[in-house]
Amino acid sequence: MISYDQILSKRAMEIKPSGIRRFFDLAETMEGVISLGVGEPDFRTPWTIRSAAINTLERQVIIYGGNAGLLQLRHEIAGFMERRHQLSYDPDHEVIVTVGGSEAVDLTFRSLLNPGDEVLITEPCFVCYAPLVSMADGVPVPLPTRHEDEFRLTADTLRAALHAHPNAKLLVLSYPNNPTGAIMSKEDYLPLAELIRTTNLMVLSDEIYSELTYGTKHCSIATLEGMQERTVVVNGFSKAFAMTGWRLGWMAGPAPIIQQALKIHQYGIMCAPMISQRAAIEALTNCDNEVERMAEEYDHRRRYMLRRFHEMGLTCFPPAGAFYLFPCIASTGMDAETFCETLLKEEKVAVVPGTAFGDSGKEHVRISYAYSLKHLTEAADRMERFIKRHNTNSRE
Amino acid sequence: MKEILQLLKQNARLSNAELAAMTNRTEDEVAQMIEQMEHDGIIRGYSVILDDELADQDTVSAYIELKVTPKPDCGFEEIARIITAYPEVDSVTLMSGGYDLGLTVKGSNLRDIAAFVAQRLSALDGVLSTATHFVLKHYKEKGILIIEEPDDERSVVS
Repeated sequence: MISYDQILSKRAMEIKPSGIRRFFDLAETMEGVISLGVGEPDFRTPWTIRSAAINTLERQVIIYGGNAGLLQLRHEIAGFMERRHQLSYDPDHEVIVTVGGSEAVDLTFRSLLNPGDEVLITEPCFVCYAPLVSMADGVPVPLPTRHEDEFRLTADTLRAALHAHPNAKLLVLSYPNNPTGAIMSKEDYLPLAELIRTTNLMVLSDEIYSELTYGTKHCSIATLEGMQERTVVVNGFSKAFAMTGWRLGWMAGPAPIIQQALKIHQYGIMCAPMISQRAAIEALTNCDNEVERMAEEYDHRRRYMLRRFHEMGLTCFPPAGAFYLFPCIASTGMDAETFCETLLKEEKVAVVPGTAFGDSGKEHVRISYAYSLKHLTEAADRMERFIKRHNTNSRE
Repeated sequence: MKEILQLLKQNARLSNAELAAMTNRTEDEVAQMIEQMEHDGIIRGYSVILDDELADQDTVSAYIELKVTPKPDCGFEEIARIITAYPEVDSVTLMSGGYDLGLTVKGSNLRDIAAFVAQRLSALDGVLSTATHFVLKHYKEKGILIIEEPDDERSVVS
């Protein structure tokens, strides 16, 4: 009999299962659970986008497309980045259409990393970066951010990290941030850029939530002086256009990096799904107002939930991006894992422990507000009961 | 103002405090805006959307198309106003197209509605014809689903 332990990739085996996944398995076993756990929009994909996909199915032969993606779509992507983020990219040599933002993240690591290269990963963050760095032979180095800084990366933190890891190859930034909802403004980026310009550090900026900011417009680090040549920008259709299942994203960056990424993409993927690509052209040409409409509704929910958490007495900085709140639960005397498990058992509300996104999230839980107001109200009512009960317990 | 109206249309029971939080205003500002809209007649009232089948099994609704001869001096205004006065009538709208007035009417059984149409509506001066359509099932009203919401197919956690 084959002993698979002997033949499987050691690197693959060393990858830990996602902390989100583990919690999901627990929640799945219970009845009547009301969730604040999802990381995807509750809106349907806008109708005109779906209609464009239907037209494609009806009228076109669905065959392989060019590796980099439809030229028209790449032009629209460049136009979108110019129009909304003041970034200028050459659609012929600096943009690849990928299978979701995730593939773009993976391609960036695989195009840049040599064995042993260190990658500074700003945490708390989405779960994919460290495992993908490991699979690309790199070494992930967590770069914790703090509640006091509203989970922004500060120049001090980066300076200290560069001092400890002078040869770090790449810095991963993901703002607006999952799980904290934090954003970085131009003013926040300025001292970082100043520091980075004196080094050979490259930046991967995952901007998948760029269109979901509240009260302020998204700023890409690539817009800062000297940064575009050091930055790979990753973005996609999932969050802004409610298109998660369509699996479509892109990477934009310096041509030499894109050239390498394109080879990997060509051999591993061929091309991103063609139906989604045709639909995405519609998304970028005619759906700006749909994007605004959804963002406005998220904003209402964000404000509503913030108020509820304040009333519960949980500390929560007002996040200005994505669709998450990241309240501190230290006042309950529980750690994040215990809090989530107890909340699930007692009130049947599923939220994700901050630890799933890095150690710096250990006193926090991630609350998604990608739900209807009715759903949020019910979940908040249950959490309020829970907090009241446990705050009383700790006082006794 | 639009923002507040949109939220109230989805749920008129949101408190001023909730509306204030959601739209980044003070409670006083919200209260003032709503009062102003009520005063200006923009907001005409607050109602409840029911699943009639669950609320009261003995309710029958009908949609009635009415063809009317307009009066030379006031067009359809007079007859429309007369019709609004009947308690059985839920809504009255002036329509373009194949008929003039569209009515929704509620009664406790088919006979009630038939009698209302035959004895009251048809008898009104100026009514040329009526066409009565009985409602079989409500799916959505004022943007709110009367049927079960579709299941959330997303995972509990992702």
